[in-house]
Amino acid sequence: MKSIEIKDLSLKFGDLTVLESLNLDIIDGEFLVLLGASGCGKSTLLNCIAGLLDVSDGQIHIKGNNVTWKEPKDRGIGMVFQSYALYPQMSVEGNLSFGLKNSGVPKAEIAERVARASEILQIEPLLKRKPAQLSGGQRQRVAIGRALVREVDVFLFDEPLSNLDAKLRAELRVEIKRLHQKLENTMIYVTHDQIEALTLADRIAIMRDGKVQQLDTPHGIYNNPVNKYVAGFIGSPGMNFMPGKLNGGGTPQIAIKDLNVDLSRYPFANGASVDGADAWLGVRPEHVSVGRDAAEKAFSHEVEVEVVEPMGSDTLVWTTLAEQEFRFRMDGQKDVEVGEKLNIGFDPISASLFDMQSEDRL
Amino acid sequence: MAIEPTGPRPRRNFDPTRIMIYSVLAVAAVYYLLPLWVMVMTSLKGMPEVRLGNIFAPPVELTFEPWAKAWDSACTGLYCEGLKVGFGNSVKILIPSVIISIAIASVNGYALSFWRFKGSEVFFTILIFGSFIPYQVMLYPLVIITRELGIFGSLAGVIFIHTIFGMPILTLLFRNYFASLPEELFKAARVDGAGFWGIFLKILVPMSPPIFVVAIILQVTGIWNDFLFGVIFAGTKNFPMTVQLNNIVNATQGVKEYNVNMAATILTGAVPLLIYFVSGKLFVRGIAAGAVKG
Repeated sequence: MKSIEIKDLSLKFGDLTVLESLNLDIIDGEFLVLLGASGCGKSTLLNCIAGLLDVSDGQIHIKGNNVTWKEPKDRGIGMVFQSYALYPQMSVEGNLSFGLKNSGVPKAEIAERVARASEILQIEPLLKRKPAQLSGGQRQRVAIGRALVREVDVFLFDEPLSNLDAKLRAELRVEIKRLHQKLENTMIYVTHDQIEALTLADRIAIMRDGKVQQLDTPHGIYNNPVNKYVAGFIGSPGMNFMPGKLNGGGTPQIAIKDLNVDLSRYPFANGASVDGADAWLGVRPEHVSVGRDAAEKAFSHEVEVEVVEPMGSDTLVWTTLAEQEFRFRMDGQKDVEVGEKLNIGFDPISASLFDMQSEDRL
Repeated sequence: MAIEPTGPRPRRNFDPTRIMIYSVLAVAAVYYLLPLWVMVMTSLKGMPEVRLGNIFAPPVELTFEPWAKAWDSACTGLYCEGLKVGFGNSVKILIPSVIISIAIASVNGYALSFWRFKGSEVFFTILIFGSFIPYQVMLYPLVIITRELGIFGSLAGVIFIHTIFGMPILTLLFRNYFASLPEELFKAARVDGAGFWGIFLKILVPMSPPIFVVAIILQVTGIWNDFLFGVIFAGTKNFPMTVQLNNIVNATQGVKEYNVNMAATILTGAVPLLIYFVSGKLFVRGIAAGAVKG
């Protein structure tokens, strides 16, 4: 069943088009992440769903109701903001019950709902405190609680963890995931952090310039990016892109400078290689093998180590392949010296090919 | 041998910069306090002593007679009831003017910062533009308007005028303050189902004591010190303290009672002075509190 349907949604501020005839279906109970660089329209889309921005064109349906012209409070949504947006002069309890008081929920039920939400989020000892007396993580928990007490179908998160430090972010990330597993609500989560997106999402919508580039599971987005932008956006460190020329025929190949990469194992989208077309070959640094493993791959080559970045669990190595920069990731336990010669290789099955002009996946 | 630097850096108590700063401050303080000194001293002397002309000298024979006279029995035009009548009138003008103007301007500022409507920027510009036109230009039209409304020469008339003229600066003040509050707070309140008034009264007003204090200080001093609107719109019965002070000081008949004039002037200036002394700390704290994010 569909929880949220967005039909041909457009939003314009004067001459500036922020969202352009956008369509999105979100299934009941799904955790959807809107991911994109700043200014791609992801927060704007969330504000439109919440009813905080009036749309220029199109419709928004929540739970089968057309809510395009409805006030935020009547849409059956709860929202969590990046800056927490707690009411500073009210206690935690006051913050949680404010919305319920406004909608005239009886006192006994308010107390019950606040008690339940604070139990789920473990903020019971904080109920009498003011937001200023809370830490960042506690504040964000209260902000989530404020959405929770509304007992709505849809939760909207607008970069809720961006103001927290790295450790707390990781903790709350898991907590949000647990919360979703427990409540089974539909959740829409806006972020620019790909780790958050990959770890939390059932499906990710990658946005750019007000359009959805790809809507897929984290696995699908990581392994089969539809275009060069998505491929470069997901993954850290980013994918290596090498320009080359395709060769059709019996064994499809791509020629990158004086290097030939055998593509016979590459799953072409239309079944076959296009002879003579210009293309990008994209290889993820973590899909590169080193040493003995490399020799078994469809492509292997010897390179010289230029820069070494040890990151604990693994080590990032910068080198030159086919006269251009190439990064790969290797076991953090192995010693690598600058100037050392290494044999590296990768399997084209895990690589990506993009058309030079359209930058779409081949 | 030079001392190895360790711990807090030693401070010189009398370095040249400090001497400069303190001497400039001292001169400025004396410059501003001297007239006040003369006023207080003169108001505590009897007329014979005033005539000696030693304006800086403290009184030989201390007397509070001039203060009593200024308050209770100095002649303001035809009546000889002192400044107390004017004080009462000023309070009657001040309190409603301050409350009404701040109430309206805060809602104006709120609407202009959070509920932008088409043309709200133009509206705001016009409002601000109004504050650059000299009051005197608008006097005659305003006299006619208040006459047509039937409130010319009454308390209501002068309150109406003060409310109007407080609007540009107060709206600017509130709009800028509300614009500095996080917009997400406003969004959160909307999701929580609070309406126009709910958000204003339950969320924003409790967050804004500093700016209300600033507005009160501005309005109290402005309205208390006003002479022009009082003399034109209030009507003879409701002349505020400033107008009566003028009538005492500028009396052309009889002896110039400098001691009474000085006492009357200090009495009239006491309210704004008091506001600054009482709220000075609050004022600073309010501004500082606004700067730190909660």
